Amino acid sequence: MPKREDIKKILVIGSGPIIIGQAAEFDYAGTQACQSLKEEGYEVILINSNPATIMTDTTVADKVYIEPINLDFAKRIIYKERPDAILGSLGGQTGLNLVVALSKDGILDEYGVEVLGTDLHAISKAEDRELFRSLMQEIGEPIPQSKIIYSVEDAVDYCKTLGYPVVVRPAYTLGGTGGGFADNEEQLRTICEAGLKISPVHQCLIEQSIAGYKEIEYEVIRDNNDNAIVVCNMENVDPVGIHTGDSIVVAPVQTLTAKEANMLREASLKIIRALKICGGCNVQLALDPQSDKYYVIEVNPRVSRSSALASKATGYPIAKISAKLALGLTLDEIKNPVTKTTFACFEPNVDYVVTKFPRFPFDKFPNGDRRLGTQMKATGEVMSIGRNFEESLLKAVRSLEMKVDHLASPELENYDAEALRELILEHDDRRMFAIAEWLRKGLDIREVYKMTKMDMFFLEHIAYIIELEKMMKDNIGDVEALKQLKKRGFADSYIARNWHMSANDIYKLRKANNIMPVYKMVDTCAGEYQSATPYFYSTYEQENESKVSDNQKIIVLGSGPIRIGQGVEFDYATVHCVNTIRELGYEAIIINNNPETVSTDFAISDKLYFEPLTTEDVMHVVELEKPLGVIVQFGGQTAINLADSLVENGVRILGTNLDSIDKAEDRHEFEDMLKKLNIPQPEGETAITVDEALLIAGRIGYPVLVRPSYVLGGRAMEIVQNDHELSHYMQNAVKEISHDAPILIDKYIVGKELEVDAISDGQDVYIPGVMEHIERAGVHSGDSISVYPTQTISQEVKNTIIDYTLKIGKGFNFIGLYNIQFIVDRHDFVYVLEVNPRSSRTVPFLSKITGVEMANVATKAALGISLKEQGYTTGYHEENKNRVYVKAPVFSFAKLRSVDTVLGPEMKSTGEAMGSDVNLEKALYKALIASGVSISTHGNVLMTIAGNDKQEALAIAKRFANIGYGIYATDGTASVFEQNGLHVHIANKIDQGEKDNVIDIIRQGRVNFVVNTMSSKEKTHLDGFLIRRVAAENNISCMTSLDTAAALVSVLEAMSFSMISMNELGNKSC
Amino acid sequence: MKRLLVLEDGSIYEGRAIGSDNFKVGELIFNTSIAGYQEVFTDLASAGEIVVMTYPLIGNCGINRDDYESISPSVFGIVIKDECQKPSNWRCQESLEDFLQREDIPGICDVDTRALVAKLTTSGTMKATFANIDEDIEEVIKKLQTAKAEKLVSKVASDKSFSIPGEGKRVVIIDFGVKLSILREMSRKGFDLIVLPYDIDAKTVMSFVPDAVFLSNGPGDPRDLSSSIETVRELLNKTVIFGVGLGCDILALAGGAKVSKMHVGHHGNHPVLNKKDGRVIITNQNHAYEIDPDSLNATELQITHTALNDGSIEGIAHKRYKAFGVEFYPDTNTLSHTLYDDFKMMIEKENQDA
Repeated sequence: MPKREDIKKILVIGSGPIIIGQAAEFDYAGTQACQSLKEEGYEVILINSNPATIMTDTTVADKVYIEPINLDFAKRIIYKERPDAILGSLGGQTGLNLVVALSKDGILDEYGVEVLGTDLHAISKAEDRELFRSLMQEIGEPIPQSKIIYSVEDAVDYCKTLGYPVVVRPAYTLGGTGGGFADNEEQLRTICEAGLKISPVHQCLIEQSIAGYKEIEYEVIRDNNDNAIVVCNMENVDPVGIHTGDSIVVAPVQTLTAKEANMLREASLKIIRALKICGGCNVQLALDPQSDKYYVIEVNPRVSRSSALASKATGYPIAKISAKLALGLTLDEIKNPVTKTTFACFEPNVDYVVTKFPRFPFDKFPNGDRRLGTQMKATGEVMSIGRNFEESLLKAVRSLEMKVDHLASPELENYDAEALRELILEHDDRRMFAIAEWLRKGLDIREVYKMTKMDMFFLEHIAYIIELEKMMKDNIGDVEALKQLKKRGFADSYIARNWHMSANDIYKLRKANNIMPVYKMVDTCAGEYQSATPYFYSTYEQENESKVSDNQKIIVLGSGPIRIGQGVEFDYATVHCVNTIRELGYEAIIINNNPETVSTDFAISDKLYFEPLTTEDVMHVVELEKPLGVIVQFGGQTAINLADSLVENGVRILGTNLDSIDKAEDRHEFEDMLKKLNIPQPEGETAITVDEALLIAGRIGYPVLVRPSYVLGGRAMEIVQNDHELSHYMQNAVKEISHDAPILIDKYIVGKELEVDAISDGQDVYIPGVMEHIERAGVHSGDSISVYPTQTISQEVKNTIIDYTLKIGKGFNFIGLYNIQFIVDRHDFVYVLEVNPRSSRTVPFLSKITGVEMANVATKAALGISLKEQGYTTGYHEENKNRVYVKAPVFSFAKLRSVDTVLGPEMKSTGEAMGSDVNLEKALYKALIASGVSISTHGNVLMTIAGNDKQEALAIAKRFANIGYGIYATDGTASVFEQNGLHVHIANKIDQGEKDNVIDIIRQGRVNFVVNTMSSKEKTHLDGFLIRRVAAENNISCMTSLDTAAALVSVLEAMSFSMISMNELGNKSC
Repeated sequence: MKRLLVLEDGSIYEGRAIGSDNFKVGELIFNTSIAGYQEVFTDLASAGEIVVMTYPLIGNCGINRDDYESISPSVFGIVIKDECQKPSNWRCQESLEDFLQREDIPGICDVDTRALVAKLTTSGTMKATFANIDEDIEEVIKKLQTAKAEKLVSKVASDKSFSIPGEGKRVVIIDFGVKLSILREMSRKGFDLIVLPYDIDAKTVMSFVPDAVFLSNGPGDPRDLSSSIETVRELLNKTVIFGVGLGCDILALAGGAKVSKMHVGHHGNHPVLNKKDGRVIITNQNHAYEIDPDSLNATELQITHTALNDGSIEGIAHKRYKAFGVEFYPDTNTLSHTLYDDFKMMIEKENQDA
């Protein structure tokens, strides 16, 4: 079927800010979709609130609206743009939900906007529990049985027919608390009784338990001519029970016979046909490991994280093809973009093993609940490709950047069997490492199977890795042993430690004996057809397929898995860098390992190496390709951290050189440099021991800011108020940080934070913008609301900032991007907090709002094209004062149990949203709405304020009261407010009774916002923590900084009418 | 123990020995199936072949009693990347190695199978054999170059007639090395099956008064089977005929078309376009010969299916008689599955007409 000619203009919906469960994969899908539609000649209008994405580049769509993704704003865009059609199935759940909302609203009918792709009816059939259930019954596909019960007897009766084991899920409890598995009637009674009590509606769901079943996913795609194919099947190493986003996943399926695989394949195709999906779809199935019994768990009628993984795992671009199918094309008409000789209507054949390993944020949230379950907790993931399972797994492990280069965690080395058993049984995120340690201790493998129900195939392969470790230790220096270890994916650094050699020695030994990797192509067809895909992975085999061209080449290092502190912003910069390199006529080569991102789309670069970002793996590519140099400044801290060892190996770093990087990152060099440039910084020193730290703090005075040197996103950074806290920090934080990196102790200055991104070419410095943070210093810049242009600082201060930025650029001899954090104290004195010699989190935001394509300009500078040649002269980019841009952080606290939501120097946000409008309040409103804060013009606010903050909070409370907000407060706060003439509802503290206590008030939704601040003394106080957690889990915005609260009030004020009597006005005037 | 794989063009691949040391000269082909190695190794269409599996991990689920495609597997050898020594599956009865030993099939692992595939797609399939590490390679190569193609069907197909009784229509299966899953599926459809040897004559076939004749899959060059071709030619106007794989080629030859050897053949999953409804079927294939499209002009055969990727003929039907055939296996998914129903319907229609 030819593509639709009757539609011209298509509105595409993005997925918004990055949160756990909806991450960079939608930037990849959305970007592909927009490009695919444009390729076919359609006009593309995009709405997406996330400024950090490639998708929101003005080149990706014809018109890009960075606006909140909700009904209100989408309607405004429809009024203005009058699109013919709308495509939402590529914007994750957010995209689908918005299309459904728009349809319900009636605006799509009113304006004749057609829904492209899967129709809404089909979507509701997949997403509505009851509709889905009846459809599955209709087509004879089995689903786990379940029933809602209201009494223990109901439950017991139901289970008499259903049988055991069952899962009990109490309704509407926090994070599924109170539920559990019951193997018999007695257990069922106990759990149900408790569950019914906990559930606010006294209701539980009893579901047939399929825990321990294999979890298998099928990525299927269907066109409107009913052609349907399986792009990829995947097997979760973790059985049913752990969210697939948190599971280690392999592709293709490893432990199924053809018969079993065909059975599930047929079921998946039957389902996608029954649902009449048009485009990509994910089917999750559970298969009994002891029979051919299976159940359909879930269907996602859209592209998803799994489809991004499947696309990268096979080379089959699901999102791109899905967009074309939405236009009416059929699979057999679309050329396979990989082979370019075959068609998209085929099932890819792979000839390698792919492993996906999730990346968890627990390095930043050590107090978080590390037990995995049905709620996803990973922020990102890595993928690796190998020709055997061990190689694939070990490459994934060393891609994680968790300071491990092997399936061995130093942290677990001293764990005894019992401690390991606990990690394994509890589904701790470290369980794979615990299993390896368990086997390393010679403990029984069958017991691991009993505990985990992971297929013996996977466990035996881990056992084989342990066996090889023994072989390694018994054959120190042996070349044959080395060959075998390398074939199975062992890292040089790991072998080196065990052989008491340096990694470089191992490398030399390999080189001398010709034990070097070759690169194989990912071609969708297992080599059956000629392909020219520039997509490669390393393995130790005979034939190298990566033909090296005669072009001048540049290697760009990506930023690895998405984690807190290093998000999609760095992928944005990487992609822009690559585009620029190609524009300039060089061959651009990417090394990266994140399957979710745009940078690992093989169409982006001239060559993609899907590899771990370690010295060894990068050097292999360098040796083969012999590039002019390597660019490290766009791949975040991941790439910067490799600079040192690459230079040691003779690699040329393009752009800012290693010396300058060290000057910015080494504490002493940094201090010296700033002194030389006569730029002030908060007083501070480094310490290694507790005593040293105490001495320094005593000298500069509390509060002090403490952090390890070489930090990422403020990892382990804290504001410390006294000796006691400092000793505690030194004793606890240091353990985690590598020993050769000391702790920095700085004077903590209360003041405004500002941030600058600039580009230098060694001669000139261009500053696209200065951003002002809403929250005062102390809140990590990544968690602050950021405003451009600055709103409250004087021109004088701004001039100082500009002056310092210029001096630093030249003084440090930066070539390319750098980022500076400033602090301005109450006397308008400007200090430099830190300098990052690389692309930063704010680069995409600033690039988009100023129009200065910073990553492109910086890349050119790094390649020797001066700023002058590019048309820039030293100085500050002129600000457009007619519009205000606000970037607000987005958190995923609801998904991370036991993580304290209080903001501080440690970064906690997972994503960002942007709002822009003609004034600050409107822009803030949009940014807050887009970041998930619900704003209503009237309602209530709960304030529980620490002692020192009460006067400041009073001013905010008054403003809330003036616009008609009701104030709830705990007694201490309430009494201060009441003394000052405010009406306050008293909220009981938690120990003052169950009814009407703070928790109760939040849970019942009686307040719209919570403002909670804490003094250092209260840090360990449970009340504050519980308030913040309950707010997070009930999706009520909890502000822990009075600055955020004040900003919010100003938005509410702008939306409301103030209620002030004439008398009060009179009072004021006299 | 080390072992060599030696190719007709003189290239040598070193790997680790698996299976027996019953080295024979075979046709080296590659198969892209990801799951289903047991089916591939036991499919009699693989007889005479040394099969390179492109998927690197083989043996993960071991070998079970249910998934055999023949009673005596006749593949000449297997070439794989990574052998799974500790298989895991609830139906697993033995490891791949145990199976190979028991069935006297040699193999080699730890070979860069992707490099082999690249070689075969460039130069086409060629003869190959295994050799011990100390063997005189010149001799081995000479042996390869002088080896003559064996008559495989006569070796692997049953030479006895037998019946698989059913309640439904009677189908005579002419056995060129029939896949057990075809027999299973035909039984499930209720057909009353009579299996006859490949060199049976038309008169004997008709003496069973069949409602239809099924020409099975099988190994080797269909052009060698002149008596079978003659039998089918005689049967054309007498009954409904359905051919699969080699059986489809026999039908084509009987109908006057030409068949030739493919460059690398189709072994594994391939998309096929059904010309009747314009829909694509993902099929499982194992054939090394194809019908020459130009030769159809002079016949009453028409094309019903083509391979989406290379355009080769995947299905034909007789314009006048109720005879049709497909090169792919109809037993892998719901869409190609319907061919059995087509077959059944055709038989029923024929009966009504008669």
